[in-house]
Amino acid sequence: MKTITFTLNGRERSFDIEPDETLIDLLRRSNLTGTKRGCDTGMCGSCAVIMDDRAVNACILFAFQADGRTIETIEGVGDFDSPHPLQTAMADTGAVQCGFCTPGIVMTANALLRQKPDAAEEDFNQHLDGNLCRCTGYVKIKEALLSCSARAADKGDA
Amino acid sequence: MSKRNFNVVNKPLRKIDAMSLALGKPSYVGDFKPADALIIKMLTSPHAHARITSIDISGAETMPGVHAVLYYGNVPRIAHTTAGQGYPEPSPYDTFMFDSKMRFVGDRVAAVAAETTKIAEAALKAIKVEYEVLQPVLRIQDAMKDGAPVIHDEPEARAVIPVPYEPKKNMAAKVDMEIGDLEKGLAEADETIDFQYYNHYAQHCPIEPHVSMAWVDREDRIIITTSTQVPFHCRRIVAQTLDIPVRQIRVIKPRIGGGFGAKQEIVLEDVVAMMALRTKRPVYWEYTRAEEFISSRTRHPMLMRLRLGAKKDGTITAMGLDCTSNTGWNGSQGLTVVCNSGSKMLPLYRCDNIHFLGMAVYTNLPAGGAYRGYGATQSAFAFESAMDELADKIGMDPLQFRAMNHIKSGDTSPVFRALGEGREGVDQAITSCELARCIKAGAKEIGWKKRKPHTSKKGRYRRGIGMACLMQGSAIPEIDMGAATLKMNEDGSFNLLMGATDLGTGSDTVLAQITAEQLGTTLDKIIVYSSDTDMTPFDVGAYASSTTYLSGQAVQNVALKVSKQILKVGADMLDCKASELKIKDSKVVRKQGDGEVTFSEIALYSMYSANQFQIGDISSKIVHHSPPPFAAHFVEVEVDTYTGHVRVVKYVAAADCGTPIHPRLAEGQVEGAVMNGICYALTEEYLFNDKGRMLNANFGDYKLYTLSDLPEMKTILVPSYEKTGPYGAKSVAEIGINGPLPAIANAIHNACGVRLRTGPFTAEKVWRALQAGGEIPFEEGH
Repeated sequence: MKTITFTLNGRERSFDIEPDETLIDLLRRSNLTGTKRGCDTGMCGSCAVIMDDRAVNACILFAFQADGRTIETIEGVGDFDSPHPLQTAMADTGAVQCGFCTPGIVMTANALLRQKPDAAEEDFNQHLDGNLCRCTGYVKIKEALLSCSARAADKGDA
Repeated sequence: MSKRNFNVVNKPLRKIDAMSLALGKPSYVGDFKPADALIIKMLTSPHAHARITSIDISGAETMPGVHAVLYYGNVPRIAHTTAGQGYPEPSPYDTFMFDSKMRFVGDRVAAVAAETTKIAEAALKAIKVEYEVLQPVLRIQDAMKDGAPVIHDEPEARAVIPVPYEPKKNMAAKVDMEIGDLEKGLAEADETIDFQYYNHYAQHCPIEPHVSMAWVDREDRIIITTSTQVPFHCRRIVAQTLDIPVRQIRVIKPRIGGGFGAKQEIVLEDVVAMMALRTKRPVYWEYTRAEEFISSRTRHPMLMRLRLGAKKDGTITAMGLDCTSNTGWNGSQGLTVVCNSGSKMLPLYRCDNIHFLGMAVYTNLPAGGAYRGYGATQSAFAFESAMDELADKIGMDPLQFRAMNHIKSGDTSPVFRALGEGREGVDQAITSCELARCIKAGAKEIGWKKRKPHTSKKGRYRRGIGMACLMQGSAIPEIDMGAATLKMNEDGSFNLLMGATDLGTGSDTVLAQITAEQLGTTLDKIIVYSSDTDMTPFDVGAYASSTTYLSGQAVQNVALKVSKQILKVGADMLDCKASELKIKDSKVVRKQGDGEVTFSEIALYSMYSANQFQIGDISSKIVHHSPPPFAAHFVEVEVDTYTGHVRVVKYVAAADCGTPIHPRLAEGQVEGAVMNGICYALTEEYLFNDKGRMLNANFGDYKLYTLSDLPEMKTILVPSYEKTGPYGAKSVAEIGINGPLPAIANAIHNACGVRLRTGPFTAEKVWRALQAGGEIPFEEGH
């Protein structure tokens, strides 16, 4: 057992962890169940969270790797009274079918847009290449993501 | 009923659960796992075909932290089917909770429930098993040989409806149907074709794998929370398997992380229920992704022979389709999937001489189950490839050939009566069909007119255009039943309690829209609670493209009944006759003159003021028709003739689903199904070694497309009005997956002259066929 401390959704938190515990297990047992387990091998992106500035797969990170860092999960980005624009866009375009992949997609796209607010289609394609969705065929997801880029606002077709 | 302007239906409103899901609120089974739940892990067979000669569980049982070990020696042995179907099931009873015979690599040996995953995994290693290894059966053709090893040699294996079932011959199902005379039809033809086609294994890949948990409440009832498409069938089959009364079980379905048919199956629930009973602790079992691939369910691979005949003028004179499916280690959905291969494709084109032979055989490979498309995906590949091949032979444009032969509004087909789901079907005339407009709109969008023969194409990269026509059904007529309860609250809102099972499709929203439309209120007034066997009335569940059409009629009926009660109370309050009133915008108003009361006032009056009663009702619905949705798919591909790589440039899906109750969700059903079909056509496949072990059970080696692979995709909803459906609606969920395999096969042929009759169309296969001058010898794949 080891104690680690990191910033979780804006608050400094300490956790007792097993040395081989994964970040997804730590988050989910801490009632942050918005981070989903789809494959446990880093191949589906359902467990994407933001570590410092980057989207990472929580299922292939050890919890101790979060020590001293900043972690943001889906629960940290929005709520009913103040949803993140990506969450609103996903909901309004019909990009949420079963919704299981949605938190991972929101977190991955969120990390991209923070680095590059005017992300282009190519940027989304590249950054979301690790996020699987089986329901939508990505058409509505693409529409939702593009509508959140500053580029779309410039063109007036947001 | 006629077309009219709608207030709630046919509007792209926000899906009612979309925001909570996007926010990551606790929604799915795994999100509700109790902190003290025991973790279940399963020891599985390393052999495709074997008998356990000895098993010693003592090392696991005595391990600290282990609470129970289940194996064939300490659970009831009750033959059942894992198929979540109506009772009596058309699938054979050939499965046990645990057995001493192993029928595939991944079969259940023993389950452990322990305090942690780590302890459970360690306990599995402590179970000592010895096997007598038997010869495995790994191909359809091998299963049918005389003297083939018998996979289901247990005496209990039986069919529970009167259908052919011969497990001693590895035959899990058989159906034979003839209309007219196939041989005569072939003789009358100017041109005939006779080809074999093979559909390969694939998995649904819901991003949430199968997951279930259970606990025993203070009344000794088992509460199962599970990711299922069939909560009521689940309750019935778990009761049967554990030999306990149905009343002792409650099944709750929370949000589901995708199903696509995989969760129309009792895969985990029998074991979690048994473990809860044994341990009296909450228990939790979640499949790993590898287990999802191997031990849940798959698309039935199918070996097909198709004979078609046509006259030079384009008249189709003969259609002979033989389908033999590999149903794997159990016969789940084997009969009905293969029946659908006939019944969902043969009526599409008019013909007097039709023969259909369907069989399902056991092998020692993963089990087939329900998978979006349900047999039609398989036969559509053969049929729509063959339509192109035959059009070539008679010198007709393949679009014209289809357009002149396809079924139209007002037509019927003898196939509807001849072929049902494991029994005779139901006569029906087509009451809505806009396939002709689908073809026209899709052809325009893809640029069909610019399509040139492959012989005119040169260079490394060659483009080609292909098409396919499709039909499906909407629920299983005279079998499927759905029901709903509706009750009114003080603020004029309504609780809609349904057995219908939203597996991510948005059916909760669609059904709430139908309810709100019928009630004359808004979507936000409908509080949906779906699928809890203690709380909601029965529904067969989410399968057979039934929910919008069938459950939609159930909710419309109950809303109609409730609106009559509302009018009656309104009449009391306004001191007039109900016939003088109408409902408008959540109010009851006089048709003439002044006077109105709001829904809220009506609810308050009925609860607290006079003649008190609960405004509410229950309604059931069975359907007598299964109106097919229709679709025309078009695709443009680019073949790299140096490498054989196929790239989809553009995909157009034009679909007639009647009135789209929620146009965006309907488009989403088409797009998701098409994308799944494209991956199935090009990349998805199971690789097995010669001992039947799957080699690529992970997303690294089993390729699903991602955002970056998305081609230009165009969905065209061509509305029709299906008069038997709720507000004119038919189904839309399955049909889209059937198009990509044949449309892409036809486009590859149009690009470079290569004709592939076995999927997936990998670069290697295309390249080999190019080297061989267009075709490679047919062989049964996996």
